[in-house]
Amino acid sequence: MTTLQTVFAKARAENRAALVGYLPAGFPTKDGAVAAATAMVEAGCDVIEIGLPYSDPLMDGPTIQDAVHRSLTNGTRIGDVMRTVEGVAKTGAATLVMTYWNPIDRYGPARFARDLANAGGVGTITPDLTPEESGVWLQESKDAGIDTVFLVAPSSTEDRIGKVAKICTGFVYAASLMGVTGARESVGSAAEGLVARTRRHTSLPVCVGLGVGTGAQAAEVAAYADGVIVGSAFIRRLLDAPDEAAGLASVRELAAELAAGVRR
Amino acid sequence: MSLTEGPILTAADLAGNGVYGDDPDGNGKFGVFGGRFVPEALIPALDEVAAEYEKAKTDEEFLREFDHLLRTYAGRPTTLTEVPRFAAHAGGARIVLKREDLTHTGAHKINNVLGQALLTRRLGKTRVIAETGAGQHGVATATAAALLGLECVIYMGAVDCERQALNVARMKLLGATVVPVTNGSQTLKDAINEAFRDWVTNVDRTHYLFGTVAGPHPFPEIVRDFARIIGVEARRQILELTGRLPDAVCAAVGGGSNAIGIFHAFIGDEGVRLYGYEAAGRGLESGEHALTLTAGSVGVLHGSRTYVLQDEEGQTIESHSISAGLDYPGVGPEHAWLKDSGRAVYEGITDAEAMEAFALLARTEGIIPAIESSHALAGALKLGRELGPEATILVNLSGRGDKDMGTAMKYFDL
Ligand SMILES: Cc1ncc(COP(=O)(O)O)c(C=O)c1O
Repeated sequence: MTTLQTVFAKARAENRAALVGYLPAGFPTKDGAVAAATAMVEAGCDVIEIGLPYSDPLMDGPTIQDAVHRSLTNGTRIGDVMRTVEGVAKTGAATLVMTYWNPIDRYGPARFARDLANAGGVGTITPDLTPEESGVWLQESKDAGIDTVFLVAPSSTEDRIGKVAKICTGFVYAASLMGVTGARESVGSAAEGLVARTRRHTSLPVCVGLGVGTGAQAAEVAAYADGVIVGSAFIRRLLDAPDEAAGLASVRELAAELAAGVRR
Repeated sequence: MSLTEGPILTAADLAGNGVYGDDPDGNGKFGVFGGRFVPEALIPALDEVAAEYEKAKTDEEFLREFDHLLRTYAGRPTTLTEVPRFAAHAGGARIVLKREDLTHTGAHKINNVLGQALLTRRLGKTRVIAETGAGQHGVATATAAALLGLECVIYMGAVDCERQALNVARMKLLGATVVPVTNGSQTLKDAINEAFRDWVTNVDRTHYLFGTVAGPHPFPEIVRDFARIIGVEARRQILELTGRLPDAVCAAVGGGSNAIGIFHAFIGDEGVRLYGYEAAGRGLESGEHALTLTAGSVGVLHGSRTYVLQDEEGQTIESHSISAGLDYPGVGPEHAWLKDSGRAVYEGITDAEAMEAFALLARTEGIIPAIESSHALAGALKLGRELGPEATILVNLSGRGDKDMGTAMKYFDL
């Protein structure tokens, strides 16, 4: 199992940022998600975030909403998410689960943490779990030996950045802009400042996500962040492809472009 | 104090009763319920709203303005109406209606909206967004936005746009942009998701004028306090009318704002039973209902820990009700707290029972209620038969039924 620490140490040694790719479990199909994530890893993704499809994804834009809806229609359950993690972790990429809080809450935090660790997952990203509500999850994650990643945003005050950074392990997720997930024409101008502000509170790697979708944008972000997170752009490739083989090729091509970007 | 002279609203009316769990704790919790489960990006905005509200609620200027609008614009105080011909069908118990249907725009929603619209101005924001189910909150928000010169965008499920088409037209006429939401169940739940997405994108100039006592802290507290005037007035009025407190207070529960609004002033009155009626839709067994408190389980939805209709893996189950305003798989956290503490009782009313009460009130008393409010009326009919002729039951008639004529025409083949 590759840990986040190993990933970021390796990237640092190579004087580059890490590339983090996101894909929901069960999209485009249960097996298709593992195949797509594998292609992403083979073409240069260091870390994979497997999204746990949730009925009410209120911080996601239309692209991820669409993928998640298809995944739920495919009948994706938490067991499938764990199996996806297991399949992806085998590629050697550090594999996380990104999920809204309610599915963990309902499944049982201890059980979720244990099952994820057993599947070879290295941690979670929980975008709607605030420091105030995180106590149980921090304890269970610690007991299971998995990392806890939380988000800071351009609107975050110094006080909030401090609180969030303190409960992160693995890395801190800096949202590049105010808004929902989705590829944008340009990466938010607030991102660089946010990364700098976050570094004052932690020595953990800081990764930037939201709005990144091209090699040029990846290069731009890699200049100041430890990791570049790309989700919607990968999903877009799969949604637009005429068939699964074309989708895989397209995802592979994008991952290669982004991987070159973080090395520029 | 007379209801027509002097201020109808004081700082005390916005404050809690000093009873247990009355105000949420520092993290916005009513017991284990409530709190904030939202993207970190929204925390500063929620903090800002909470801080401004803390200042506003004891600020004479704010209270004077709010009072003035409630009186001269919303038409407060609203009257009580005793309905003996309707009550004859409830075993002869005395039934008294609190007439929120008589407010400007036709539902209790205007109270909260005017309060938050004034708050929006204090926050220096120029744009308001809101979700709406029945369209009453949307209409009230569009109205206040027109009054105060704010830009206004309303998110409404596509299914609700159709069944409450009249309200869509009203909102447009009032200058609001109505965005039909076509994902998920295309009802209130999805409209809330979409409003949150807008808010996180445009938060610097936008206030999310939340329409019920659900959502992340501080909304459950703020919306309750602005709706609290319903119960404050009703308590004084019923004492004046009957010389004593009622035996029971009934209200419909969607997100829970009209119910909390009328319940709250009575929470400290031990002898007064509080009954909330949820939409049982086609019945519990059918699976097509909105029985969040009666058949749901504790989880997190729309930023708050509360009762939720969800499966065993935490996926939200779509609700059903003939009434768009009650068609919601979540509920305000204070109701979750009132349920678990036993202070309030929550029961289901089916579509059929609600429509029967809807028609009955129209025929016996000449009042056409909202279908939402009809759930409370149906509850009162049952309760009256249970409590007997000595009992007095106060019902929150949260809104009028004009918006529901399309549904009624279909249902009754009019
Ligand atoms: C007349 C009326 N009553 C009740 C409701 C339900 O909302 P709440 O439970 O917040 O009062 C609505 C919502 O649209 C409404 O329009």
